[in-house]
Amino acid sequence: MEHNKIISVSNLTKTFGDFTAVNNISFEVAKGEIFGFLGANGAGKTTAIKMLIGISKPSSGEATVAGFDIAKQSEMVKKNIGYMSQKFSLYDDLTIKENIRFFGGIYGLSRKEIKEKTAILIAELELEEVANQLVGALPLGWKQKLSFSVALLHEPKIIFLDEPTGGVDPITRRQFWEMIYAQAHKGTTIFVTTHYMDEAEYCDRVSIMVEGKIEALDSPKNLKKQFKVDSMNEVFLKLARNIE
Amino acid sequence: MSISVQNLSKSYKDFKAIEAISFDVNKGELFGLIGPDGAGKTTIFRILTTLLLPNEGVASVAGFDVVNDYKSIRNSVGYMPGKFSLYQDLTVEENLQFFATMFGATIEENYDLIRDIYIQIEPFKKRRAGALSGGMKQKLALCCALIHKPKVLFLDEPTTGVDPVSRKEFWEMLKRLQQKGITILVSTPYMDEASLCDRIALIQKGKIFEIDSPKNIISKYSKTIYAVSAQNTHQLLEDLKAFPSQYSVFAFGEFIHYIDQNNDFKSTHLQQYLESKRHTEITIQITTPTIEDVFMDVTSLEN
Repeated sequence: MEHNKIISVSNLTKTFGDFTAVNNISFEVAKGEIFGFLGANGAGKTTAIKMLIGISKPSSGEATVAGFDIAKQSEMVKKNIGYMSQKFSLYDDLTIKENIRFFGGIYGLSRKEIKEKTAILIAELELEEVANQLVGALPLGWKQKLSFSVALLHEPKIIFLDEPTGGVDPITRRQFWEMIYAQAHKGTTIFVTTHYMDEAEYCDRVSIMVEGKIEALDSPKNLKKQFKVDSMNEVFLKLARNIE
Repeated sequence: MSISVQNLSKSYKDFKAIEAISFDVNKGELFGLIGPDGAGKTTIFRILTTLLLPNEGVASVAGFDVVNDYKSIRNSVGYMPGKFSLYQDLTVEENLQFFATMFGATIEENYDLIRDIYIQIEPFKKRRAGALSGGMKQKLALCCALIHKPKVLFLDEPTTGVDPVSRKEFWEMLKRLQQKGITILVSTPYMDEASLCDRIALIQKGKIFEIDSPKNIISKYSKTIYAVSAQNTHQLLEDLKAFPSQYSVFAFGEFIHYIDQNNDFKSTHLQQYLESKRHTEITIQITTPTIEDVFMDVTSLEN
């Protein structure tokens, strides 16, 4: 079973001064799983993600992501993951093609690979007509789909999505989730945060962080059963007290 | 009438942010602009708060014209922009004091209005605004928008990026403010918040598609929606999309919402079709539409 675990976290902790942002969390994510990482604002999600993607060192505990130790092999972690957030995705003042070329270069793809990938990606997203337009002029929904594809350019084993659908219209939001499903089907592991509780239902398993700890972790179906409620929204409201 | 908007249009170069928008907000009403990013919500807020001039159309707020009487409007309204706009290097207390003084008011005379909200951030009143958590910033911004006792309160996406627990609390605060007689125009991309407004406008790509109470919008919606589930949700989605008479198929939490093109649609046909596709644990039930269902249907032509 062990080799099926793409993320393995044990007793991970991060403190800032006397504040414990992430408090001794442990969990595993299986290869190809869609894993929802939920929690209230300030619960410690972002701090935990920063450690998992190798840009913040844990105070104690350990974790491996895609087979690499997040503290000792953080550069290898970065090479083997994709990352997309609502806040940072693409450069608005580069064209679609330029963005793809730029990120392909960053991920170490050869010119030939970049050329091939660009053609495939633009065809798949049906962006032929706007390929030479600035990304800044694209509707938000298109930008999000494009940045998802760009985060997958180097074929990472796992992709971290930090509130990928915030503010997106409901139809595009669903199209985005279809892209997620399709990618998971190809074997890519999806690690996603969201404030839309209907999206929590689309995950294979969901964890809910409260004040730095993981208070619940199971499939949406089992969580609803456990808390005797009908929706993930109610599960969330029961668990995630406001910490302020 | 507290807010009146007639045929309002605004373009940025050749991009039409809003196109011939009209709506009215009654005194004391909690009115919601419901739509995604890029719908034109912020443009409407900026015109109504006199920070932007419209290209066409007229609008008034609290009886004042947004172009000619802009100074009177600025004294009568509170505005909480989507982006946090307080002074990061002033403390909580100093920000509140600053905004009160700007409007010639004092914290003491209007304290009653903000008390419920302010007591939650009061323990941090010596802290700089820039060092507050997201939820506390939001509460401080609301206090600052209220401290001169505005007649009309404008809240542009106050709950975006906010978790469900804090969102619920924020809406409870809005209800209490409404009871104190303040007219509120609020925008949100979260469709589930629509039901908390007295009336809403569904807006996308600069156009308003519907204006009514959430209840009426739902009861006017005539199509029958089926909530479908089966063991393999993703395969179910694909197969429903391939069903010849489908009108729309959308994932909806643990169910998929299915609408058929035909009025005489029988769910038993769909059941048989799904069984032929080897689905198991199939359930098909008629479900009550939500605002999100209506929104997706009325805006689907635009997509």
